Amino acid sequence: MSTRPPVNDWATDFDHLDPRWIENPYPIWEELREKCPVAHTERFRGVYFPSRYDDVRAVAYDTENFSSRRIIVRETPPPRIPAPPITSDPPEHRPAKNLLLPAFTPDAIKRYEQHTRDICGKLVARFADKGGCDAAVDYAQEIPVRVIAVMLGLPEEEGDRFRTWIHEILELGITRPDVLMKAIGETTKYFQAEIEKRRSAPRDDLISQLMEAKIDGAPITEDHLLGAMRLILIAGIDTTWSAIGSCFWHLAQHSQDRQRLVADPALIPTAVEEFLRAYAPVTMAREVIKDTTIGGCPMKPGQMVLLSFPAANRDPAVFKDADRVVIDRKENRHAAFGLGIHRCIGSNLARMEITVALQEWLKRIPEFHLDPAAKVTWSEGTVRGPRKLPVIFN
Amino acid sequence: VTKVKVDREKCQGHARCAALAPELFVLDALGNAREAGDGTVPEALIEKAYLAKANCPELAIEVIEEKA
Repeated sequence: MSTRPPVNDWATDFDHLDPRWIENPYPIWEELREKCPVAHTERFRGVYFPSRYDDVRAVAYDTENFSSRRIIVRETPPPRIPAPPITSDPPEHRPAKNLLLPAFTPDAIKRYEQHTRDICGKLVARFADKGGCDAAVDYAQEIPVRVIAVMLGLPEEEGDRFRTWIHEILELGITRPDVLMKAIGETTKYFQAEIEKRRSAPRDDLISQLMEAKIDGAPITEDHLLGAMRLILIAGIDTTWSAIGSCFWHLAQHSQDRQRLVADPALIPTAVEEFLRAYAPVTMAREVIKDTTIGGCPMKPGQMVLLSFPAANRDPAVFKDADRVVIDRKENRHAAFGLGIHRCIGSNLARMEITVALQEWLKRIPEFHLDPAAKVTWSEGTVRGPRKLPVIFN
Repeated sequence: VTKVKVDREKCQGHARCAALAPELFVLDALGNAREAGDGTVPEALIEKAYLAKANCPELAIEVIEEKA
């Protein structure tokens, strides 16, 4: 990362791997929104960055001019790695998405709530008496990985392996295609073995359920199945872990908000929406496939667009006091889970996990603050959240 | 009479309406919303109807005030 050429002008040469962007992107986006609402860079073989809500929305809705076949901006384009439905365009997108949706409705997710509560309770019990912990490493990162494992029917102890793959695919893989392809190959082998185990003895889990799935009466291909499993594993873990981490990063620094949630836990779901707005973890990407114009900026086919839901959520034209975290914000039409046909399939799961994670922690540890002797570090790439978050319990 | 209506073409299943006003919205098997019954909003729930509308990321909810 230190070897990257420094950015001199965010409007014409931005780099989302720049340490300043990783550390605190919000002032950069604010400046862009004023001066050059659709930024561009020649890095990564050409990428646009719309920073206004309306432009992000326009791209998200426009499946004619923008394709989801590439959804991560990388230095070199890898061979296409389908993970339907997130990498699908119409008309293939709808049937691929409908296949997964029933498993992710609010009612379907309720099945996992008690288990999530147990996971959180056990994690908190490990460090509650120790005077402090790393809220990202010891707590946030441990929750989604276990919940997803339970859903898919995989051992919860495999967390380290899953996190390594995610780090390789979403972070290291941006600049290192060899690392990316190695991780993709390993996930394929791992999931093939899991499919094999279930052929003779189906289980009560999502993998078995997907193995039975049909589109237009025909079973889905093994590639489709592997892609969907990879998607659920990757998209369901570091995203939610980042969101949970950001909640604690905020609460560790804002004692009034923390005390209010401790005193009034019924406010937690509303606060979660505000944390999702202000600290939305996920930036997606699209490939421009036809000449088009967004926010007055002509876009060329073959280039990529960073689709920053986090920037959209901070647009003062849409959100009053956009840079302030207002935990009881009533009108909150945020786009943390995307807009349009690619709305995050795991949104109900993520909301449940974040809410439960806050409830269980605040019950046992109502008072905490950032460790002044330690440094908070942030993830690189297009999922944003704290990766080290040392806190001290008061 | 006040009514709510979900535009089924616009709805993408964010499920905010069903969370904020469960009396007024129901979700189908895919998690997409529709108005409960014929969408009529009892007087006491009018505020909730507007709250659901204000929180729909897809602008898929209409609150209609019909003159009797």
